[in-house]
Amino acid sequence: MTTETLDPRSADADAPVAASARRKPRSFLAALLRSPSGLIGLVIVGLLVVCALTAPVIAPHDPLRMAAGPRLQPPTWDYWMGTDDFGRDVLSRILYGAQLTLQIGVIAVGISLTCGLLLGLVAGYSSGWTERVLMRLVDVLFSFTEIVIALACLAIFGVGLTNAMIAIGIASIPFYARVTHSVVLVEKGKPYFEAATAAGAGHLRLIFVHLLPNVVPTLIVVGTLGVSTAVLAAAGLSFLGLGAQPPEPEWGFMLSASRDLISRAPWMMIFPGLAIAVTVLGFNLLGDGVREALDPRQRQR
Amino acid sequence: MSETLLSVQDLTVAFGRGPERNVAVKGLSYDLRKGETLAIVGESGSGKSVSSMALLGLLPPRSACIESGRAMFRDRDLLTLPEADKRALRGDAITMIFQEPMTSLTPVLRIGLQLTEALVEHKAMSQREAEARAREMLRLVGLDQPERRMRQFPHELSGGMRQRVMIAMAMAADPAILIADEPTTALDVTVQAQILNLMRGLKDQFSTSIILITHDMGVVAEMADRVVVMNRGRKVEEGPVSTLFTAPKEAYTRRLLDAVPRLGAYAAAAEPRRVVEAPAPVGDTLVRARGMSKTFSSGGFLFGRGGATTRAMQDVGFELKAGETLALVGESGSGKSTTGRAVLRLMELDAGEVEVDGVDVRNLSSSGLRKARRRMQMIFQDPFASLNPRMSVGKLVAEPMTIHGIASGSELDGRVEELFRRVGLEADHIRRYPHEFSGGQRQRIAIARALGVGPKLIVADEPTSALDVSVQAQVLELMLELQQSLGLAYLFISHDMAVVEEVSHRVAVMRQGRIVEIGTRQAVLNAPAHAYTRALLAAVPVPDPARERQVLPELDVGTLPMGALAEVAPGHMAAQ
Repeated sequence: MTTETLDPRSADADAPVAASARRKPRSFLAALLRSPSGLIGLVIVGLLVVCALTAPVIAPHDPLRMAAGPRLQPPTWDYWMGTDDFGRDVLSRILYGAQLTLQIGVIAVGISLTCGLLLGLVAGYSSGWTERVLMRLVDVLFSFTEIVIALACLAIFGVGLTNAMIAIGIASIPFYARVTHSVVLVEKGKPYFEAATAAGAGHLRLIFVHLLPNVVPTLIVVGTLGVSTAVLAAAGLSFLGLGAQPPEPEWGFMLSASRDLISRAPWMMIFPGLAIAVTVLGFNLLGDGVREALDPRQRQR
Repeated sequence: MSETLLSVQDLTVAFGRGPERNVAVKGLSYDLRKGETLAIVGESGSGKSVSSMALLGLLPPRSACIESGRAMFRDRDLLTLPEADKRALRGDAITMIFQEPMTSLTPVLRIGLQLTEALVEHKAMSQREAEARAREMLRLVGLDQPERRMRQFPHELSGGMRQRVMIAMAMAADPAILIADEPTTALDVTVQAQILNLMRGLKDQFSTSIILITHDMGVVAEMADRVVVMNRGRKVEEGPVSTLFTAPKEAYTRRLLDAVPRLGAYAAAAEPRRVVEAPAPVGDTLVRARGMSKTFSSGGFLFGRGGATTRAMQDVGFELKAGETLALVGESGSGKSTTGRAVLRLMELDAGEVEVDGVDVRNLSSSGLRKARRRMQMIFQDPFASLNPRMSVGKLVAEPMTIHGIASGSELDGRVEELFRRVGLEADHIRRYPHEFSGGQRQRIAIARALGVGPKLIVADEPTSALDVSVQAQVLELMLELQQSLGLAYLFISHDMAVVEEVSHRVAVMRQGRIVEIGTRQAVLNAPAHAYTRALLAAVPVPDPARERQVLPELDVGTLPMGALAEVAPGHMAAQ
């Protein structure tokens, strides 16, 4: 908008020429980088990805090798984050742990987002009996804490980090289904949906051309925020001994292992704890940034 | 000339800063005298609301910036007053009424509390005195049972009643200035007439000065003493209301006045005005609807169908011929939109028959219905909401043709470009997205989208009521031209009697889900047979300040005939 154009809508009362057509909105990435939270979140998440990818190169030691150094060594120049009770390098374990954390985030959110989206979309679009049955089912599942459902799944699948990821994914399906359902209902109530129906559009076109593109942005935001929840949940399960198994360098499991040594070797607890906290913060900030960047009203500022 | 109460000089307001800033008001100056009503008129984006919000310090604090100007009120500059002093003025010496009575009252507080709050705060009244004053005000604004109203919550009142409460709140403090921002725009026309009457009466009684912000020239003519016309943030013209209407100096003012539809302007013509050389004649019956009924029930809790029911449509029937426009007029909740949707089967009926082009729409299978939709298309009120924001306008216009397999590939592209030109848009813009266009352009896109499949019937649901008058005139012109060259039939849903008179062949008046009168345009508008039609027509504000203000006919809702239609003249039926 220039100083000459006083208001986009009044720029021309209705000259048939689209003179008021403003220049294309800034790209999504540019908008994301403009918001402070988006920028910080992107940097943190980017660092996490870099750590995960380059862990074999940058890690000073083998994360699994015992007695890589002295046992319970406080942080030094050789062992920046100290060593644990088996003499393993904590820094190397945290760098490798980033790989697991990313896997958890992607797999767990991938499962819950896909299934939740499908369920919510079908329920929201169909209305009537299908909707009622599906959503009441989701409500019943939603009334259990996610961790309870995850525990139940683990009881069936057996203990292990991969199973924990799947369990966490399944446990949050009701949440994503609920969110999708409500977004679909809102979008379905908008005139463009009725306009498409009136134009003669069939079910597939209505769902995939009209509803889906308008539903997905909201779910991307929710999904980004969901990564941090999944990471926390995985850390929790590992802490309980149901997720990662020794000697996997999973952050939550490292926390749990440090429990008994908290007074003698606090670094064993502090660094994995910090890693989890920073990662969760990063994904939360990124989620906020994505939400702002996807909102056209915010982008025009 | 009476004394000047408020003097605004060289007011400039901008949103944002630096070279990208958006100047909303530029160098605006005007005086408000004691006891006068000053109307500030303009189209959307003219800066009329922003300039008044600036006076009260109600602009969004970080994005808006008052760059220059003074607003002298009682020897003080309102624009530079400390926030605390401004707050002391708001709700006391200067009060405000907003457009949306639905949202400008706090929903969780009782009417009584909201009315007495400002009195206790500003006038140092005791709660008891404030309550007595509040009751008196409610009586003054014409609400019955003030005692009961005081205990009610906003959602228990109708829109008109809420706007009365807003006025009572604004007037209770006996303000020097009342700023009314589109006070009747959200109201039905009969309610609007009552509210305008009320405001006139109160102004005389309290000798308050009113700043009336509106886009409606009819309201200006009925209310204002003087008028300031704004366009793109600047004052275009200022003058007494009679001079402005009879001898506008500026071209913009003349254009604005010319674009205003005037009820009665086409009273002598039997048909809508011709806009093409050889208009397609009115043909055979295209739509035949009989006994359409629909009851909405608000959903029950789990599986149940309990809850309240609303009878949206009862025994609605009409016929529409090819190349003809039937207007459905009525106030909000009269069932006119429901009727339009029912004809297209965007909604299932409880009972009745709908036949379009010889096809029984209600008995079609879902694939048959999709095919039948080629013959009947719809245009919606809000052209922004009815275009999917994530599709380019070219794709949007192409979509119905793709659905019905009319064209594909380069042929499709060619047809889209042709349609763009047909509705007066440039073909280069097909890659853009809906938000990059103005309201009128968006409605043209929606029309192009409907035209692509070569429909015989178009249901137009308030197609111009979200548009500025000058844009409305152009869109109506386009619709008339398309009808006369293509022989389209329109089911034209509107609340605006003047627009209806301009475009329709026949008119059906709806009230509470029933058609209460139907006939040719001249019969219904020039010689209305039903009391409700007469009340509707009398309530329309007329953009002519010289005209004597009529006394509104009292409408006795209880005894209005709402039964079956009976013929009062050939082709003219009214409810008995």
